[in-house]
Amino acid sequence: MHVSLTVNGQRAVTDVEPRTLLVHLLREELGLTGTHVGCDTSYCGACTVIVNGNTVKSCTMLAVQAQGAEVTTIEGLAGNGDLHPVQEGFWERHGLQCGFCTPGMIMSAVGLLSDNESPTENEIRHGLEGNLCRCTGYHNIVRAVEYAAAKMRGDEPPPPEWEEDSA
Amino acid sequence: MGGGFGVSTTSVLGGVVKRREDPALIRGTGLYVDDLQLPGMLHAAFVRSPYAHASIESIDASEALAMEGVRAVYTAADVEHLGDLVTQVAVGKLRPLLAGNQVNHVGEAVAMVVADSRYGARDGADAVDVDYEPLDPVIDLKEAASDAALVHEDMASNVLLAWEGGPWGDEEGIAGTKETIAAAKEREDTVTVSMEMVNQRLLPMPMEPRAVVADWNQGYGRFTVHSSTQIPHALAGGIAGTFGLSLTDVRCIAPEVGGGFGCKLNVYNDEILVCFASQQLGSPVKFTETRRDAAGSTIHGRGWVATATVTGTRDGKVLGYELDGIADMGAYSQNFTVAIPFLGLFVGAGQYSFPTYWRMACVHTHTMTTDAYRGAGRPEAAYYLERAIDAFAREIGVDPSEVRRKNYIPASEFPGAATHIGFPMDTGDYENNLDALLETVGYENLKAERDQMRADGRLVGLGLATYVEVCGFGPSALVDLGFSWAAYKIPSGFNGSGLVRIQADGTASVIIGTGPSGQGHQTTWAQIVSQQLGIPVENIRVTHGDTAESPLGIGTFGSRSAAVDGSATYEAANKVAAKAAKLAAHLLEASSEDIVFADGGAHVAGSPDQTVSWSDIATLAYQPHRLPEGMEGGLEAHAVFSPGNATWPFGSHLALVEVDGDTGDVKLLRYVAMDDCGNVINPMIVDGQIHGGLAQGIGQAMFEDGDYESDGNLLKWSFVEYPLPTSADLPSFELHRTVTPTDINPLGVKGIGEAGTIGSAQTVVNAVVDALAPLGVTHVDMPLRPKRVWEAIQAAQTNGSVS
Repeated sequence: MHVSLTVNGQRAVTDVEPRTLLVHLLREELGLTGTHVGCDTSYCGACTVIVNGNTVKSCTMLAVQAQGAEVTTIEGLAGNGDLHPVQEGFWERHGLQCGFCTPGMIMSAVGLLSDNESPTENEIRHGLEGNLCRCTGYHNIVRAVEYAAAKMRGDEPPPPEWEEDSA
Repeated sequence: MGGGFGVSTTSVLGGVVKRREDPALIRGTGLYVDDLQLPGMLHAAFVRSPYAHASIESIDASEALAMEGVRAVYTAADVEHLGDLVTQVAVGKLRPLLAGNQVNHVGEAVAMVVADSRYGARDGADAVDVDYEPLDPVIDLKEAASDAALVHEDMASNVLLAWEGGPWGDEEGIAGTKETIAAAKEREDTVTVSMEMVNQRLLPMPMEPRAVVADWNQGYGRFTVHSSTQIPHALAGGIAGTFGLSLTDVRCIAPEVGGGFGCKLNVYNDEILVCFASQQLGSPVKFTETRRDAAGSTIHGRGWVATATVTGTRDGKVLGYELDGIADMGAYSQNFTVAIPFLGLFVGAGQYSFPTYWRMACVHTHTMTTDAYRGAGRPEAAYYLERAIDAFAREIGVDPSEVRRKNYIPASEFPGAATHIGFPMDTGDYENNLDALLETVGYENLKAERDQMRADGRLVGLGLATYVEVCGFGPSALVDLGFSWAAYKIPSGFNGSGLVRIQADGTASVIIGTGPSGQGHQTTWAQIVSQQLGIPVENIRVTHGDTAESPLGIGTFGSRSAAVDGSATYEAANKVAAKAAKLAAHLLEASSEDIVFADGGAHVAGSPDQTVSWSDIATLAYQPHRLPEGMEGGLEAHAVFSPGNATWPFGSHLALVEVDGDTGDVKLLRYVAMDDCGNVINPMIVDGQIHGGLAQGIGQAMFEDGDYESDGNLLKWSFVEYPLPTSADLPSFELHRTVTPTDINPLGVKGIGEAGTIGSAQTVVNAVVDALAPLGVTHVDMPLRPKRVWEAIQAAQTNGSVS
């Protein structure tokens, strides 16, 4: 089937099998491999992208359902070599280890912060509940989102909590 | 150890450097195996057994082969000539690449379908018709150990290995230990507490499912294999051995690896089979697990049932500890399968000096293979010991911290202390670590707060547990115990390696033999080299995981990379520094002994105003005609580090929980960890490793359960049935540390990858049991999901007291 959509500001037109998932269109047709597949059941959130302003698990959506949609993936989150404040937060606060859940986690955090510019720790934890991470125990993901929230509000981010060891 | 050249060999790096890995990963430009698209690439999918135990009557692939896009369907007959799956510790039944006449666990691969597309391969697999005749499965561990029915009819017993553990290699010692403990039980002034506990099977579940792309080039006579593996060199060797090729004919590349936790520390049958298919079909072949594949066909961890018994006097002195267990190996032995309980034995007595006796039966069942999952034997050992110590403390009415303190191996015995089996340990100061934890949390006040909350009618509990870990493997003498890697054509034992190459512009390439999956080696190793050479971290690029370029290493597991491969890289950097000092001395017309490296260059000690840059030094190195007589050109060095022992990190953890008595729901209110991993290279990365380790131990305690149904079905095929902890399930963690450097390696580092997991499950369960103790509950098996906790409360209330 013919599908036409806008991905990261670029028009994309392609033919897909009707059963093709949006995530496979993005990864295998358009070469946007930053969006990952971590499960078969729309549970892990590694495939999270933004479709028409809403965060969506792109393994839950057929490519043809994205007809005419505006899709943003991790590759399109910031332009010109810049980092989005959420990306910056993940780097500054060690919010990732293996990096596999990270693009989906970042997209979900972007969605969370667009709904709530000053989330509490509890709100961050519940807001990201649909994205699984096996490496970080979420501790530093929460710190990363707190950092990004502060930056996006124009506030000074909370200081890092690790001690500088010297023994 | 290597020379100083102006930097202390004993100083700790210790600084936070933001990760060099992250810019690609946060932009989505990191390359994972499934991202790879090669021209003409085909896709594989597997037909897997729906039965735990069945004979295969027939396989009909005709419908699949008639489908558009399906290129081939392979069954056991096609690959029998390749032998069983390569395995390092070849004890018990080894895995056939594809099941022949019989399947022995749900999820076992029966046929492989190769097609033009991912979806087409899946369609083809669904169209293969396999006729099974179901047989009775052996699932229960006690039933397996009884040999009432055999898992493999050509084996005399399901018990593939049984052993007793006590003083090392000394039958008299083991027998003597048993006698000592038996005598203690006979004494009138002793108390014996005994509990049977399940340490349930777990599914590792890294977020990246395993994936492999094999590309056979007939002209070059060479495989190029991208795989999501922790052991690229062993994979290359396993492929070379299976196909009768040399190591130069197999290039394995582990690009970004999305988590491993031990489950990517095997050579898998799918890795061998896509190589076979690529050779047969003349095209690259990709296989990427579905999550369902990952659940049923990637190794599992844990799976023990054991009785832990503590005997001691009422003042808290323990006179003997016994563990009598059965460990589930699954249907087939893979890489480390039978070695896992043995790893637990090493730390079977934890931080304590009391006589300890273990008896272990390793059994086959009709389930997926178990192998190394984060901690691998050591979390199980720590769980049983620390649960039993707590039960003993409760029985005699002594504070659990006091019982532990009373039985520690004292700090004064280090160096020179040994474990209960007589294996030497490096360094330790357990009491100091415990004291630091108790002081940090204000233990007495915390107990008073708990008591106040209890008085208010809340079910609140405090849990304490301590651990000692064995990791950083080495020593290479483990080769003599059967860990030779010979099956993988790798004679390296448990060494590590690093290569430091100064490029012509003065930047440094560091190439290492590790196989990281998120541990930050590109950052940590840059810090090590930067410290030794004074080259800024941003001018150092660390690469790993490509066997065509990296020196031989056995991979990343067992919290060993920093201690072993990090030390090798440190020594390689020192070799480079020794030569660079001569080059700088030539340029500065000074003596090489006086050269100091700092701030991106070199100068004569005491004359920092006159420097030569690393670019100047490198330029000279690559212009041999300018060199002094007798000096060789080039500026790089390789070093192999062979550790004299493993390392022995330790720690003390504390949890505060509240149980909802009406629902059984457990809430983790606080988690405080006081770990000691020796020197710390990058505190940010070390803390991150602990966070993740804690989440996996807490996951076992509260959420995860990979046990099979009694009919051998798994019913844990997705994250719905196998719930990993989510962000909403966990609190922020409170981390602290003591620092007791090891003397086993020049960096003084012990390893931190597994410590959080080893220390945490029993800490949480001890806290929950403490919360329920006023109701008479003494034990609840993991995972502590609401139903199980609620039932324990109901049972205790019905029975009036002890369950």
